[in-house]
Order: sequence, then C-alpha cells, then structure tokens
Amino acid sequence: MELSAQRLKGRVAFVSGGLRGIGLACAERFLAEGAEVVLSDLDAADSDTAREVMGKLGQAASYISANVAKEEDWERAVALVKERHGKCHILVNNAGIDLTGPVETLSLEGWRRIMSINTDGVFLGTKHFVPLMAASGADFHGGASIINVSSIMGLVGMNEVSAYNASKGAVRLFTKGIAIEFAQKKMPIRANSLHPGFVETPLLKAGFQRWVDQGFAEKPDDLVAGVVGMTPIGRLAQPSELAAAAFFLASEDSSYMTGGELVIDGGYTAQ
Amino acid sequence: MSKRLEGKVALITGGTTGIGAATVARLTEEGAKVWFTGSKEEAAAVLCVETGAVFRKLRVQDSAGWPGLIDEIIAAEGHLDIVFANAGTESGDASIEDVGIEGWDNVVSVNQTGVMLTVQNAIKGMKRNPEGPRGSIIINSSMNATRPLGNYVTYSVTKAAVCALAKSAAVHCGQQGYAIRVNAILPGVVETPLIQQIMNSQPDPAAARAMYEGMAPMKRMAQLNEVAGLVAYLSSDEAGFISGAEYAIDGATTAGMMGV
Repeated sequence: MELSAQRLKGRVAFVSGGLRGIGLACAERFLAEGAEVVLSDLDAADSDTAREVMGKLGQAASYISANVAKEEDWERAVALVKERHGKCHILVNNAGIDLTGPVETLSLEGWRRIMSINTDGVFLGTKHFVPLMAASGADFHGGASIINVSSIMGLVGMNEVSAYNASKGAVRLFTKGIAIEFAQKKMPIRANSLHPGFVETPLLKAGFQRWVDQGFAEKPDDLVAGVVGMTPIGRLAQPSELAAAAFFLASEDSSYMTGGELVIDGGYTAQ
Repeated sequence: MSKRLEGKVALITGGTTGIGAATVARLTEEGAKVWFTGSKEEAAAVLCVETGAVFRKLRVQDSAGWPGLIDEIIAAEGHLDIVFANAGTESGDASIEDVGIEGWDNVVSVNQTGVMLTVQNAIKGMKRNPEGPRGSIIINSSMNATRPLGNYVTYSVTKAAVCALAKSAAVHCGQQGYAIRVNAILPGVVETPLIQQIMNSQPDPAAARAMYEGMAPMKRMAQLNEVAGLVAYLSSDEAGFISGAEYAIDGATTAGMMGV
C-alpha cells in the first residue's frame, strides 16, 4: 500500500463552525492533506474574523455565512458546494454552543436555542448534504464521511450541564441511526461521532468567563485547573488533536468504521 | 509516504498472522522499527524478510520471559514507544455449559493474563525512555466485549476484562504523570486467515461467507489493513489526547439494531 503525504487530495469537505476552535483546526488539517474546504460560520463574509481566517487558509478554502439552525441556509450551503466543486466527500457538523446552569433556572427559549444549533444543526446538515455525498462517495475507497462533533458530555452527565448533555447525547445516537441506515442501503457514506473532552477553544474560554462572571470562580484559570485536575492526562486538549481524529475519520484508514464514537478526552470518561 | 512513526520503536504480540502481521507491515511502512512475538516461526521468518522487523518467540502469558524481551529491545533500540497487545486465542473455549477448566484457563491465560503482562511490561519499558515515561499502548479487544458470544464464553469475558484493564492502566498512567496512553480497539468480524479457514471448511463456504458479511450493517467483513490503520493512528502522536478509550471498528455492528 502506498501512503501519500496528502491523503485527502481530490476530496471536498464542508465544516460548520469553521472560523474558530475545533472547526478551524479541522479545516486547516484537511487543507494540509490536500482537500478543498468550504467552511461556514455565523460571521458575515466581510467581517474582520472571516477575512483574517480566510486569508490565512488560502485559495483552496471558501466561506459561506450560514446559520446551522436554518434550513434555508443549508440549502444555500449545498448549492454553493455543488456549484463550486460539484461534490462533497467530508461533512463535519461541528458548530455548537453551550448552556449551563441549574435546570430549574434554564429558560425554554435557551433550551430550544441550544437544541436548534447543536441538534437541529446536525440533522439539517446531514439531511441536505446526504444526496450530494451519496453521489460522491464512490470516488474513494472508504466512501464519504460524516463526522458529527458530540462531546464527552454526550456520554456522561455533569452538574448544571443538562441542556448541553441532552443536545450532545442526541448527536451520538442520531449518528448511529444514520450509520446503520446508510450501510443497509449500501450508500457510500460512513457516519461517526467525535467526543472531545475539555479542549482549549474559544467556546471553553467564553464558557469559563461566564462562570467567573456568575461568581463560581475568581478567574478562568482556576476553572481550567479544575477540569485539568479531573483529566488523567493532566492537560487540556489542543484543537489540532481533535482535527487529527477528524482527519482519520475522513481518510481511507477508517473505511470500516461507521456508527462508532471516538472519545478524545485524555482519559476523562475512563474513570 | 506518510511517516508518522519515524524513529519510533514498536512491539506487537501475536504478530505472525492476521491483524498482528498486518500491523507489523503497516507500522513499518510508517517508519517504525518493529519487534514482534508469536509462536509460528516459519510465518515470522517470512514477515521479517518482507519488513525488516525483528521476531522473538514468546508466549505472552510467560511472566518470566517478559523482562528479558524488554531489556533486549531497550538495549538494541534505546527506547520503546508503541506496544500492541494483540495475541489472543479461543482454543478450548465453549459455551458456559460446556467449557472445561482447561479451556477456560488457557483462554484466560493468553487473552487476559497475557494482556496484563504485556501492558505491565510495556509500561516498565516505556518508563526507561530517555525523555521520560512516554508511549502508546493499544489492546486488541473485540466487539464481543459488549456483545458476548454464547458459544465462546471465555473469549467474550476476557475481551470485556481487557477493556477495563485499558481504562485502569490509562487512569493510573495519567495520575502518575506518565505520558503513556492506553486504549482498546474493538474489531467486528475481520477477514483473517482463521476466518477464511473456518468459512472454507463449511459444507457451503459461500453461505458461511454471506453469514459473516451479513452481521455488519456494512455487509462485509473488515479487512486486515483497516484494523492496522486504526492501530497506526492510535500509535502516532496525532492521537496524543486519546487515552482510556474504546474504539469500535465494526462497520456499525454494535451501533444498534438493523430494523425492518
């Protein structure tokens, strides 16, 4: 077997929530492996963040401002990918938000918002990309690959994280359901979920800052020390370490893996 | 060539055939220096010529044999970075009603005690690495850890046991401050020479093949190089935050029910 250095050459990937954190790391890794990448996020296309990131990512990457909770935005995204590339081999449903607090204080509006982004977003992305991915999957051994970013919070519960737990648990089983569906219909699409532990991302930083603002801790570093202390490996994950797992699931090396869950948590859920 | 494992030294138990042999080849291709153990000396000799790997005869359940092997690897290579605890057996196994104490003891000694000794000695070896305790240990469990077989009680029990062993060792290493990761992989039905032999010995080999292929929603068996690809990933520094995990590689077999 010949192992080439650019192992995603000729493939097209779509990454939601691609301007920061795990999504951005996935886009960077896929590009380094030779893929063409379309990424989406909420930021306007002419915003400073979008311009800066897209400038760094280069010609093989393109951007669409889209809300994963809106069906019409997914229709636009698929249309753009079709027009620009005609194919899609990799979909990373990554966009997500958090919501924390005692369950009796959570508003229904807040609950619906996290569900609409973390859960509806994964469903809608899958729904709208499946026809194009089914048509593109036969291009490569191992087929097309859907990578749904769940969380360790989709496997185990945590104090005052119930809404996030629910949204990520749904992603885990949705992924298994579609994996079986595609396999039984002999559609060339695999689907797996990723379960990051505590990752050094803007989402984590913002969440910890909010906890500090609410008086749970003096400073974000105390909260970081807390979760690091609960993680056997004794550090936070870097986004690139999640991107490596997404790359593995996108590549031919994972051709027999579907319906699986890849836990990348430094041993957190092994305890 | 992608050379993620350049400069690393790997040890694979049960490396002479099947998943073990495919992993010897794959880790070598990615740049690792590979040592492997097993009992089939002729097959081992061929693999050594093909890959440049080093073979040492060792029964994994032989606790007295382990320190010498680890000493030899460290003396020759200076370090040990990857250990794949792959050796396994089902010889003598049967259902709960039929299994004899000899069969039970044999499977437990290889699949469970042997894996414990492999991981224990791997950690001892990795603690001697020049840059401090560092490395990746991968245990070959099975989907039967979570979906036990009625006619192979001991095999199923030992495969579940080593998942807990992986997690316990991972938590221990993390808490000790070692950069040693421990994970388990859970393959579904893999098209190994053993499975091919079983299929071909049936009155209707095609029906036997269809039965095995039908067990996975993907409607095929895993190929050896697909399992080796997962081991290569978990061996590499790319998997640096993965520890204490169980990775299924089963074409969705354990993901759920097929439905109607």
